[in-house]
Amino acid sequence: MKSKGNLEARLAAGAFVITAETTPPDGADEASVMDRVGCLEGLVDAVNVTDGAGARAHMSALATGAIMARNGIEPVLQFTVRDRNRLAIQGEMIGAPALGIPSILCLHGDNVANGDQPDAKPVEDTDSRGLMAMARHMRDTGTFPAPSERRIDPAPGLLIGGADAPRDPEAGFRPTTLEGKIAAGADFFQTQFAYDIDVLKRYMAALDDRGVTEKAYFIVGVGPIVSARSARWMNENLFGVHVPEHVIERVEGADDEKAEGRRVCAELVEQFKEIKGVNGAHLMAPRGEKAIARTLTDYNLRG
Amino acid sequence: MRAIRVWSVRHARGLMKLYDTFEGVIMAVEPLARTIGYERLEAPVAAVERGVKSVLFDCRMCGQCALSSTGMSCPMNCPKNLRNGPCGGVREDGTCEVEPDMPCVWVEAWRGGQTMGNGKLLDVQAPVDHRMEGSSSWLRLMRRKKDGTYPEPAASARDDMGTPAA
Amino acid sequence: MTGDGRAGVEQPTGPLNEGPAFPEMIDPGPIDPGSPLEPRPGHTSRGRLERVLRAGEFAVTAELSPPDSADPMDVFERAAIFDGWVDAINATDGSGANCHMSSVGVCALLTRVGYAPVLQISARDRNRIAIQGDVLGAAAMGVANVLCLTGDGVRCGDQPEAKPVFDLDCMGSLQIIRAMRDKSEFASGRKLDKAPELFLGAAANPFAPPRDFRPLRLAKKIAAGAQFAQTQYCYDIALLERYMARVRDMGLHERCFILVGVGPLASARSARWIRSNVPGVHIPDGAIRRLEGAEKPRTEGKRLCIELIQQLREIAGVSGIHLMAYRQEESVAEIIERSGVLKGRAPHAVRPVIPDHMRQRYRAQA
Repeated sequence: MKSKGNLEARLAAGAFVITAETTPPDGADEASVMDRVGCLEGLVDAVNVTDGAGARAHMSALATGAIMARNGIEPVLQFTVRDRNRLAIQGEMIGAPALGIPSILCLHGDNVANGDQPDAKPVEDTDSRGLMAMARHMRDTGTFPAPSERRIDPAPGLLIGGADAPRDPEAGFRPTTLEGKIAAGADFFQTQFAYDIDVLKRYMAALDDRGVTEKAYFIVGVGPIVSARSARWMNENLFGVHVPEHVIERVEGADDEKAEGRRVCAELVEQFKEIKGVNGAHLMAPRGEKAIARTLTDYNLRG
Repeated sequence: MRAIRVWSVRHARGLMKLYDTFEGVIMAVEPLARTIGYERLEAPVAAVERGVKSVLFDCRMCGQCALSSTGMSCPMNCPKNLRNGPCGGVREDGTCEVEPDMPCVWVEAWRGGQTMGNGKLLDVQAPVDHRMEGSSSWLRLMRRKKDGTYPEPAASARDDMGTPAA
Repeated sequence: MTGDGRAGVEQPTGPLNEGPAFPEMIDPGPIDPGSPLEPRPGHTSRGRLERVLRAGEFAVTAELSPPDSADPMDVFERAAIFDGWVDAINATDGSGANCHMSSVGVCALLTRVGYAPVLQISARDRNRIAIQGDVLGAAAMGVANVLCLTGDGVRCGDQPEAKPVFDLDCMGSLQIIRAMRDKSEFASGRKLDKAPELFLGAAANPFAPPRDFRPLRLAKKIAAGAQFAQTQYCYDIALLERYMARVRDMGLHERCFILVGVGPLASARSARWIRSNVPGVHIPDGAIRRLEGAEKPRTEGKRLCIELIQQLREIAGVSGIHLMAYRQEESVAEIIERSGVLKGRAPHAVRPVIPDHMRQRYRAQA
């Protein structure tokens, strides 16, 4: 085992895992973290903590993760390259396991210009692969990256994740980006929303052909759709997201759009379980922790 | 280059007077600039500004010039971009902690500030707006003075100065 | 659901003694130093350091070097050395531009078992978005004190190719954090759900050139929000006297508590090394000669430190000391005791009860 986490243990045991996502609160209040995320306790294997989502300041991901861990919810700590240089990032990667945070997800992060403090300096000391390589180096060698090579004892036991976006594989498809991230240290991937089950099936089959699914765990993104309008908004604004028209129409035609959106989500999760190479579902909904919890409970998705 | 920079600091007072005159000229041509359009002027004016200030101050074109508050020593040359005074790492001989061959920007600024005899060194400079990098601070000054949106320092330690700097 | 996170540490049972003479500092009683104190008018934090200083006591803080380890026990062991001797423990933020466990991480662990840390935030490694997040996170976990620093240059460290950030300088950090506390808003103006209650500090170096500018720089930091200052190592009392005279002229000591940095020198050789390799630390020849002539340089170093403390305690406007005993942490208690700065006052001792899972999970990994 690379980490001490439940997430890795469950993945290694071949279980279908459920992860969710939360955005830290905007205040110096410990209780507000659990007010948001407490509803997921016992329903998921781990919860991702976003790092300055939308390029806006929120409570730091490390602190939020520490508060969750001490209250019994295992965090996946998200790291972006936007706000910190390698010294700050490495310091947090060492601190994370000490605070009970066993897994990290390495991302680039939203552009500073899209946030509410566009005057801030984008740091970008490295890229998401650089983050993975740093984490793996520290974990596997027990030293800081070159030229430092100073010892870290004990080394930070971290399960390292990367982001991915399922798409329809074209002829001659080669998953070079994924292979690059795996080479840099990715142990698992969490993907963008995958509402088009046919595309996902073709994508995973292509990955399986290339042997990629043997090298990393895939936790596929999905979420309870709030409304047909929000589904259309996602199609237009979120990179790599395609909610098929028949799904939108189904939500639109329902008496209770929210309830139908949860049903769609739950059905997709059940279908994910049948796809070779998919190891779990990653449920995301902005400020929608309760909707996620309700989906999981109502449809008894917790394995 | 450094010789010119050192000269600029030594003659901070003269440059300040020149600058004040220049500011008058700038404000006089403001209506013209408005007619031509600030956006069309941005590229050529920024180029001229870059040329002049690079020679005199090793300017880094942060786009929000603070020279008149820093004794004509450009704070963006500090490896830590400090706009409010020297860090604690200045060496005994007044050289920089990070680049031992370089005199500390703020040791020079202090010297320049004293010849300028104003209290602007005591104003707390706001954080840099990184969007402005590479743009003309002359045009910005022109526009903001005219619009009355030229920012006053949010905080200053001027009141603490028992005796004004010589 | 939130848990107080301090299982096993006795919690305060009633309101604290509100008397002006500050009797609770003499008899600590069953109080957890990490837990917030009752708010008091004129206080911006609910921490012990601000309380001690405002009561006019001579404060003692010490610096903890974060470990190169992912084991919380290493943090607890380092903190235990200071236990019962100091009013707050500074968690450094990549000092010397070398990476160690993050200061937020260290503070999260320290508050958890009841210590009262000072979170150091350097402007070198993170931009304003990250700094505001760290402040909220630390305050949520019970950190009451924040010290804003510029930070050593990246090239001083062992990963010199790292990108220096310096989006803000320490004054920018102070201004933004003060607005978060006093106006309950981010720098963007977006409102906070709960403002952080903090005692804000800055670093000061009275001993580096340009020396005439140093008191003015402190004045600027105060204008930006500093309520206390911790200084670089003091080995030259005459220089400090000169600095403090100007500080008093300007009345700065009435608006900012000044804690002077001190630390024992190990030998003449190490003193010389520090003098030529650590910019900003000023060690006069006299101090080095004393160490050179001593039979036991380490003992002499401690004696020198104790004498300095006794001298600077008498300087008007000095509110406390900040002990930085790098690699000599075990001598902190002795130095504090022998210098007599506490005058019989007993800072709180934590009886840390470390959660079992923390011991087991990470000890096993070593």
